[in-house]
Amino acid sequence: MRDVAVIGAGCTTFGEKWDTSFRNLFVEAGALALEDAGLAGEQIDALYVGNMSAGRFIEQEHIGALIADYAGLASHHVPATRVEAACASGGLSFRQAVIAVASGLEDIVVAAGVEKMTDVGTGASVDALAGAADREWEGFAGATFPGLYAMIARDYMHRYPLTREQLALVAVKNHYNGARNPIAQFQQEISLETVLKSSLVADPLRLFDCSPITDGAAAVVVAPLDRAREFTDTPIRVLASAQASDTITLHDRRDISTLDATVAAGQRAFRMAGLSPSDIDMVEVHDCFTIAEICAIEDLGFCRKGEAGRITEEGVTALNGDLPVNTSGGLKACGHPVGATGIKQVYEITQQLRGEAGRRQITGAQIGMTHNVGGTGATVAVHILGV
Amino acid sequence: MSVARFWRKIPQRYNLIGTRCTTCGRYFFPPRSFCPECRRAGKIVDHQFAGNGKIVTFTVIRTASEQFEQLTPYVFAIIELDEGPRISAQIVCSPDDARIGMRVKPVFRRIAADGESGVIYYGTKYAPAE
Repeated sequence: MRDVAVIGAGCTTFGEKWDTSFRNLFVEAGALALEDAGLAGEQIDALYVGNMSAGRFIEQEHIGALIADYAGLASHHVPATRVEAACASGGLSFRQAVIAVASGLEDIVVAAGVEKMTDVGTGASVDALAGAADREWEGFAGATFPGLYAMIARDYMHRYPLTREQLALVAVKNHYNGARNPIAQFQQEISLETVLKSSLVADPLRLFDCSPITDGAAAVVVAPLDRAREFTDTPIRVLASAQASDTITLHDRRDISTLDATVAAGQRAFRMAGLSPSDIDMVEVHDCFTIAEICAIEDLGFCRKGEAGRITEEGVTALNGDLPVNTSGGLKACGHPVGATGIKQVYEITQQLRGEAGRRQITGAQIGMTHNVGGTGATVAVHILGV
Repeated sequence: MSVARFWRKIPQRYNLIGTRCTTCGRYFFPPRSFCPECRRAGKIVDHQFAGNGKIVTFTVIRTASEQFEQLTPYVFAIIELDEGPRISAQIVCSPDDARIGMRVKPVFRRIAADGESGVIYYGTKYAPAE
């Protein structure tokens, strides 16, 4: 297997982008990534795009060919493949690109992610997102995504010492980071009171515990490590690519408050890279809800079960802490265009490792991790990147 | 949602008939025709669940999809049946009354409808049994 490197990365701003279309979002991100890598479109050997639900959000399927076409690559007949695993679509798209290059089958591969969510109303998007869980045995009965994560939060708080305030501090921290990220949907800091006084969505989760509905796209270019310096002075090495699955329903899990797929993917990634949690300088975790960040920190092995609330309160996960978590602002503040999120995480770590993260730069960052979850934990992708 | 998507002849919507593996004794709902534990050595037979169980965890849903908007706020829970399997369902009780460990029993209820005059979907909800 060949070593793989990220040689270019691009991302649109995230937000409610009423004035742009799905295809234009992708083209913008793709062009930024190619420009970053100093590549021309015709040099691309293959294209993967993570997208959860264009069929529900914009009534469009056949996304691979659509974006290859609008990227101006139709006449080059570039293989273009859509990858879907709900909110982990982006992470799996990146993994497919890495596999394609590692295998030796392709050299220059684009991994992208895109979602245009605001072309439908809130009720319709809530329903589309519920498709990431089990439609027949969760959604049919009235489950919503916040509702499922709320049941994780309730179970967790029943069994472990996590206060409502500690949970809220996850959102406060991520907004602090988002305020320092020019692509973030919410570039405002918020107070603890803002979270605690926001309206209940699904008890105990409130509006500010939830990631928003977002439009956006991100793209990265990967290549064999031994060719990377043809394109960039700062190649970012892919040290590990891991993926795991678990039961589709939350109720069938071994433990409601542990994402076993996160545990499995995390362990596989550390083993592949020959690293341990203490080697990681920063991590982008899948904080679709505040409780999800709490579980992720523990399930990836950064602290013991039941300790994430305390270390969050102590500032360990803050921008200036020992383990900065979600320097981009995470899904909470940067926004969560579901198919794009996994690629945006790679984009953020790439920026950090190159020392290009501006006001949220982690000094001397050498190794970063991304953690992307589909559904309530039925799919997890974990990547480790290093300079 | 549409009639085809929530086809009303799925029997498990209306009764709690699942399966049991007689090799290892595990119960399954919804029914599985292949035991994840015993795999090909497993022997699967139908099993009628009594339906009684207890709440493992729950929430009160206040923002719902279009189908369930009229019901908000409603209690939604993971229930562990006495035989072992867990299911997700609405609890017919006040948001203030739900608690972890509460005993519940199944009740046949209207779940949702396709708009005002569309097809109505029925299924199982749970009610307090204490």
